[in-house]
Amino acid sequence: MQVPATFEYERADSVTHALELLERYGPEARVVAGGHSLIPMMKLRLAQPEALIDINGLAAELGRIAVEGGELAIGALVRHAELLESATATDLFPIFRDAERVIADPIVRNRGTVGGSLCQGDPSEDLSAVFAALRATAVIQGPGGTRTVPVRLFHEGPYETAVGPGELLIQLRVPVAPGTGSAYEKVERRVGDWPVAAAGAVLRVEDGVIAQAGIGLTAVGAAHFCAPEAEEHLTGRPPGAEAFAEAGRIAAEHCAPSADQRGPADYKRHLAAELTRRALATAAGRI
Amino acid sequence: MRITVTVNGQPYTRDVEPRLLLVHFLRDELDLTGTHWGCDTSNCGVCTVQLDGVPVKSCTVLAVMADGHEVTTVEGLERDGELDAVQKGFVECHGLQCGFCTPGMLLTARWLLDRNPDPDEGQIREAISGQLCRCTGYENIVRSIRWAAEAGR
Ligand SMILES: Cc1cc2nc3c(=O)[nH]c(=O)nc-3n(C[C@H](O)[C@H](O)[C@H](O)COP(=O)(O)OP(=O)(O)OC[C@H]3O[C@@H](n4cnc5c(N)ncnc54)[C@H](O)[C@@H]3O)c2cc1C
Ligand code: FES
Ligand code: FES
Repeated sequence: MQVPATFEYERADSVTHALELLERYGPEARVVAGGHSLIPMMKLRLAQPEALIDINGLAAELGRIAVEGGELAIGALVRHAELLESATATDLFPIFRDAERVIADPIVRNRGTVGGSLCQGDPSEDLSAVFAALRATAVIQGPGGTRTVPVRLFHEGPYETAVGPGELLIQLRVPVAPGTGSAYEKVERRVGDWPVAAAGAVLRVEDGVIAQAGIGLTAVGAAHFCAPEAEEHLTGRPPGAEAFAEAGRIAAEHCAPSADQRGPADYKRHLAAELTRRALATAAGRI
Repeated sequence: MRITVTVNGQPYTRDVEPRLLLVHFLRDELDLTGTHWGCDTSNCGVCTVQLDGVPVKSCTVLAVMADGHEVTTVEGLERDGELDAVQKGFVECHGLQCGFCTPGMLLTARWLLDRNPDPDEGQIREAISGQLCRCTGYENIVRSIRWAAEAGR
């Protein structure tokens, strides 16, 4: 039987209250959202927080999805299932539908949150690649106020993020621009599993050429979950099969997959190229 | 910590440690052993219960997180002595063999039908994809849920 070590439990009733509790309990306190990464880690004693600050009651502040000032805002406490079912989010960016349909299983998706996924900072996390492809901005709140961090600078290493002790991830903001298409392609060993590899693509086309490309990669050791060299190759070119294949090749060249129970490194590198190519082609077809 | 959880319509107040998992609260504190406990790693889904009407894996929810909320377990599916349509479907279509996965399957099936009264086979398979059955090969589970959908029309 797996049982976490003892800890103090506090329920926050507002963001301000959560920040006060984090300050009161100090660096050994952890926020719990869906708990679907943290509780398993606590059961295995890979995490032993002295206090848990439960933010599940903050849906009014952190559970919204809305378009505001030219950006799609997604609250940190939005559950995977809610993002999947949000027409606002998935009509603007079908990449969310593609990805959320294959993140874990429907029961886990009922509980796991967008913010928890990003803050967990797992190198195989799907939404990190999605938000990197979308060039989203993370909104972080601490005792001193609110700051923003580009998602491409959010992950500082495996399981390390820009969210400091005493801070909360509040929201992800995605710029909305006309002429944009997006898609996500993932290969997993079985339904509901973490990716062997996955790629997300976002394309904005103006006057027949690619004005901006976003490529997100996960589980293949891509720095900051993105592929800037491949994006650069695409910028200014007309969208097309040749350009997409070359972008895939470049993306694969710059990632650093490692062999594990999900597959050998060369297979993952092959997937990085092929899934990037497919995601770009699907994204282009959705503009 | 003192918590009150409404389970199958009845409020229960207990003093629990914050580290107590919801599955053990239901089974050990309330003797509601219909909720099973398997992998302990949020993979198999046998511990699935509804929390505020939404299926969750209770081995990965703390009992204190259910404080002030409503939980439905398999014991709460029948109404006035009559089995729910999903339970009848499992009886009619031989939807279980050992029965270990069944309570979780039933709660997900009920949730699915509440949201989509006429799911096709693909939608049923998608809904139960986080739950393992080692006996039936899923065929009869899908048939049982379809039976319940048709009975509900
Ligand atoms: C069986 C299973 C399969 C899965 N499959 C996949 C998969 O295929 N792909 C995938 O990407 N993920 C997968 N996951 C992970 C799932 O998406 C988790 O729900 C997610 O990683 C964590 O979200 P959570 O809300 O449960 O976070 P929690 O477990 O509550 O928290 C995770 C971490 O983030 C911190 N945190 C949470 N919210 C905040 C916040 N707002 N501000 C600051 N810190 C915060 C916590 O302190 C903790 O350190 C799977 C999980 C399970 C159990
Ligand atoms: S015991 Fe909870 S998912 Fe297996
Ligand atoms: S009936 Fe035995 S596990 Fe499903």
